[in-house]
Parts: sequence; structure tokens; C-alpha cells
Amino acid sequence: MNRADFVEGLRGGSAVALASAPFAALFGALAVENGMSLSEAAFMSATVYAGASQMVGIELFGHNVHAWLIVLSILAVNFRHVLYSAALARYIGHFTPMQKFFTFFLLVDPQFAEAVKRSEAGKPLTFAWYFGFGIIIYIPWVLISVIGGMLGGFIGDPKAIGLDILLPAYFLGIVLGFRKRANFLPVALVSAVASVLAYRYVGSPWHVSLGAAAGIVLAALLPLPPQEPDLEADALQSEVHEV
Amino acid sequence: MEFDLNMALVILAAAAATFATRIGGYILITRMKSIPPRMEAALNAVPAAVLTTLVAPAFFIGGWDSKLALIVALFVGLRFTHTWMLVAAWIVVMIWRHTAGV
Repeated sequence: MNRADFVEGLRGGSAVALASAPFAALFGALAVENGMSLSEAAFMSATVYAGASQMVGIELFGHNVHAWLIVLSILAVNFRHVLYSAALARYIGHFTPMQKFFTFFLLVDPQFAEAVKRSEAGKPLTFAWYFGFGIIIYIPWVLISVIGGMLGGFIGDPKAIGLDILLPAYFLGIVLGFRKRANFLPVALVSAVASVLAYRYVGSPWHVSLGAAAGIVLAALLPLPPQEPDLEADALQSEVHEV
Repeated sequence: MEFDLNMALVILAAAAATFATRIGGYILITRMKSIPPRMEAALNAVPAAVLTTLVAPAFFIGGWDSKLALIVALFVGLRFTHTWMLVAAWIVVMIWRHTAGV
């Protein structure tokens, strides 16, 4: 393991750990409010490790729906991870099988976004960086879920202290990070409209998979750019202009 | 601290389902010899397409407090980091709720 890369990963991931801490606490609080014990909430954070779907899960636990429906809903919310792991494949061919296991276990939204960003910036995606980035998010996520569960009784209504707005604002931030990509605006617009329609007429959590599918299909159907925007060529060209 | 076995089994099933999604795309794509350009365009659209579906319904279903907070967060996000977006959204919501009496 490359120590410098690991430390760089820790540093990058700690910002995400800070940003996700309120959600971990919120998850713990809501889990206990929905009838989970502290150890069950901790177990869920440690094994599922997927914020939005954990929230969906506890909401359904609270409504006493069938187990298969809970698992199916979590599958639907996390279906985007199929696409993440497919998109990540081209960067992690050199990982060992064990490293790949941890890579996929830790594959949450910001982890994916930062790994792709790093690779596209031309830096090699090392396991040391990836693991450092992931572990510094994972450990606080589990611990703060428990703390949130313990404090749950004191929080009361999460709306009263404005916690409910943080999740969508957070996801909006990640979306904005991809705004320089080809077809970003049409893809985002179509996904937005499709997800809202699916939310109204099909129901949650299917709006995630259906909305995403609409944007992805659109991207596949739109005319391809004459040549893929090549980051290296772009950098070379701007250098030439500056000289 | 009680630990219900049924609950634990459902959580484990949820964890297995989540892990399956996290490795599934990799398994599928590495079975293919090369990636056709249209599939690559589709893969490139994945992050924006997926993450938008987590924001848009929250915007349309949320009240005016949430709508305004997300609009402000959007503009903050064009210039500043994610953390400042969260802070801005939170401030807008808190001001709205504690002055408009929502």
C-alpha cells in the first residue's frame, strides 16, 4: 500500500465523512424512532452501508411490510450501484480480488464520484487511495449512527431543526459536480422529469430506477460527438494556446 | 439492547442485495470484450441521471421552504463547495420555518 496515496485518500474522504455525519446521526435517530434497537441500527449501517436505502429500509420496517418488499425496495434504490460498478470497471482492472471485494463494499455515491473524478484527472486509481477514502467515511458512518440513535429521543422532529433538507441538497451538490460532461443538461432534465412522474404515478422507490433509466437511455440515443472529448488532448491544446 | 433475529436476517438480505448491485455492473461489463460507443455514452451519463432522481422529487414534492433552499443551494454550488451548499440550504430552511411560522 502506498502510504502517501492512503493519506491523500483519508484527507479527501474526511470531507465526505463530515458531510455525511448529519445523515448518519439522522439515520440512527429515525431508526430508533421506527422501532429499531441501537444494535440493529449499527448492524444495518455496518452491513448495508448505503445512506438513502437505509432510510428507505427503516421507513418500511416501521410500516411492518413484508421482508421481500423491503429487500426489493433497497435493491431499487441501490440499483444505481450496478451502473457505478460497471463504470468503475475500466479503472480497477489491476486490483486483486480481495481489493475488489472492499472496493465494491465501500462503493457509495461520493466514493464513486471522487474515484471517477480522480481517474479522469489522469491520476492512477490506487487501492491505497480508494481504501483510505472509503474507510474514513465508513467508520464514522457506523459510529455516528449509534450516537444518533442514542440522541434520537432529544432530537424530536427532524424538520424543526432543518435536517430534512440536507439529503437532497447533498445529492444536488454531487449532480453539479458532473455538469461539465457531454449531454449533462438534457440528461439531468429528462431524469428530473421522469423521476417526478414516476414518483407520482408509480411510487417510491421506483422513481430512482425509472428516472435514471430515462436519462441513460437518452444519453445512449443522442447523436455521438464526432470524437470523444479527450482530456489529454484538451490539456495539450490549451497549453499550445497559452504558448 | 435487544437484537431481533428476524430483523437481523432482513438486514442481512438487504446488505446482500446492496452488495449484489455494487458488484453486478462490474461482472456484467467485464464479460464484454469491448464497450460500444453508445454504451460508453450511457455509462458517462450514469452519475447525473441517477443523482438527479434523488433531488428532483424532493424539489417538486417539498414545500416552498425546500424549493427555495434547493434553488439557493444550486447557485451556491456553482461557485462554492458542497459543504457550503448544505449550510446555505439549511440556513434558508431554518429562516423560513422560524419566521414564516411553518
